[in-house]
Amino acid sequence: METSAYHPRRDRIIVTILLVVGGLLVAIPFIWMVLSSIKTEREVLAIPPTLFPQEVTFTNYLDLFRNMNFGIYLRNTIIIVLFSMVGLLFNTMAGYGFGKYAFKGREAWFLLVLSTMMIPSQVSMIPVYLILNEMSLTNTMPGIILPGLIAAFNIFLIRQFMTTIPDELLEAARIDGGGELYIFFKLIIPMAKPILAVQVILTFIAAWNSFLWPLIVANDESLYTLSVGLALLKGQYATNYAMQMAGATFMVVPILIIFAFFQKYIVEGMNVSGLK
Amino acid sequence: MKKSAVPYLFIMPAIVLLIVFSIIPIVISLVISFTDLDLRGLANWSSIRFNAGNNFAVLLDDGVFLQSILNTFFYVIIGVPLVILCALTVALLLNFATSKLFSVFRVVYYMPSITNIVAIAVVWGFLYNQDYGLFNTLLGYVGIGDVPWLEDPLIAKLSLILLAVWKGIGINMIIFLAALQAIPSRYYEAADIDGASRWQKLFYITIPSLRYATFFVTVTTLIGWLQFFEEPFVMTEGGPLDGTLSMALFIYQEGFQYSQFGYAAAASFVLFIFIIIMTLIQFKFRQSEDEVR
Repeated sequence: METSAYHPRRDRIIVTILLVVGGLLVAIPFIWMVLSSIKTEREVLAIPPTLFPQEVTFTNYLDLFRNMNFGIYLRNTIIIVLFSMVGLLFNTMAGYGFGKYAFKGREAWFLLVLSTMMIPSQVSMIPVYLILNEMSLTNTMPGIILPGLIAAFNIFLIRQFMTTIPDELLEAARIDGGGELYIFFKLIIPMAKPILAVQVILTFIAAWNSFLWPLIVANDESLYTLSVGLALLKGQYATNYAMQMAGATFMVVPILIIFAFFQKYIVEGMNVSGLK
Repeated sequence: MKKSAVPYLFIMPAIVLLIVFSIIPIVISLVISFTDLDLRGLANWSSIRFNAGNNFAVLLDDGVFLQSILNTFFYVIIGVPLVILCALTVALLLNFATSKLFSVFRVVYYMPSITNIVAIAVVWGFLYNQDYGLFNTLLGYVGIGDVPWLEDPLIAKLSLILLAVWKGIGINMIIFLAALQAIPSRYYEAADIDGASRWQKLFYITIPSLRYATFFVTVTTLIGWLQFFEEPFVMTEGGPLDGTLSMALFIYQEGFQYSQFGYAAAASFVLFIFIIIMTLIQFKFRQSEDEVR
């Protein structure tokens, strides 16, 4: 755009070439993952390696469900994703509470929320485990879900958005007799769509990828998530790279598809959230 | 429902969860960092003894911990500038035009940052494999011998940095891109009238306009890399010879593998202090820069 004054066409070609080369370098691990996942176990270890599979096979994917319990891992991951949306509701409620109500101690409480952002996860990791242990929540689904439910940074972003909603709108709704919950669900949430769209995608991705808490808290395989199951696969089938690649593809591709569809909102959302 | 209670009801679920899982833990962490809490102490609280800062004294004498500090600084010093530079370069290139092709590239460069870390470990572990890996095969074609990607302490550190930079470009690129799109086009128009070259425009308009974005990215990236954890955890478990062990991984291993909760909590506070100092230095720099202006 701005550098195009002199040789616009030539510049554009150079930039495009640079982006293509860089993009290929970035994409190689993904391409290699997907291509290897549909090769036979023997072909994956062939020297020199083949780029495209000589013989396309889906047995690696079937093995994920036959030799390992990827069905269970998938179910647990979906449960975590669903509950993360409850967490998002709590974050949105808090963001709205801080953004649109004047109440005693608001600044102090908000400061408390923000201060939790500074605490490195390594500091809270051990005491959180001890607390879960005292509550007898280790090796349970609530123990996996609860510690990651609230994200102070997301409350902050949502609050920033909420402050832009005019007070007159809320007052008008109250005069019309709308209850506070009615106003929140029927007026505020529809208005907050731009920021919530981003939050839903990012929350989904974070929950789908969550690894550390499921790993620490879950002892039984029946509580494993996809990422913990994949780590188990890496250990149990250390030399079966074809099956490892199938497991990784199974975990990664759904996220990439969802992201490709909704990526427009993420870039726009960064603008909305004022991170410039 | 009493009117004045309404706002508290909205913030309560989040506040309760934050207090239980963030505020109380930091208090507990501070207390147990002065005790000898381990598995025995967990079963029987009365056996826990305060050891008056002994954990910290032992830490400063623990060769493995000191090694993890050195490794962490190695990661930060090489990784942070590299990831910021790469993210900025990609953002500048992507900002060049707004066609369908460019938004496809935006997705491609962002993909690694939304990819699960275990999946990354699985795929990169295969790529880095000394005998069957793609990297060594490709290097073999140009006559470079087998590189021990994860088997040599120094090369393993660099391999993990390469992986982390690949993963870290996306989110920072998006922040830079948002900032680039917010620069008013009249600045460039004025510069064009004055006959400024493209490099002059880059160094006198674009980069200064990205001051806030760069500051934000630097602080968050620095804090993130000081807590470097997942990459060595899933790729090397800190090996070979503790060559890739980071402070965060040391804390995890002491806490969850050896159940030395008190000792690990003490180590986590050392890390916390490092993070606070680094952040303060950043803000100090920022302040003096603003005063000059």
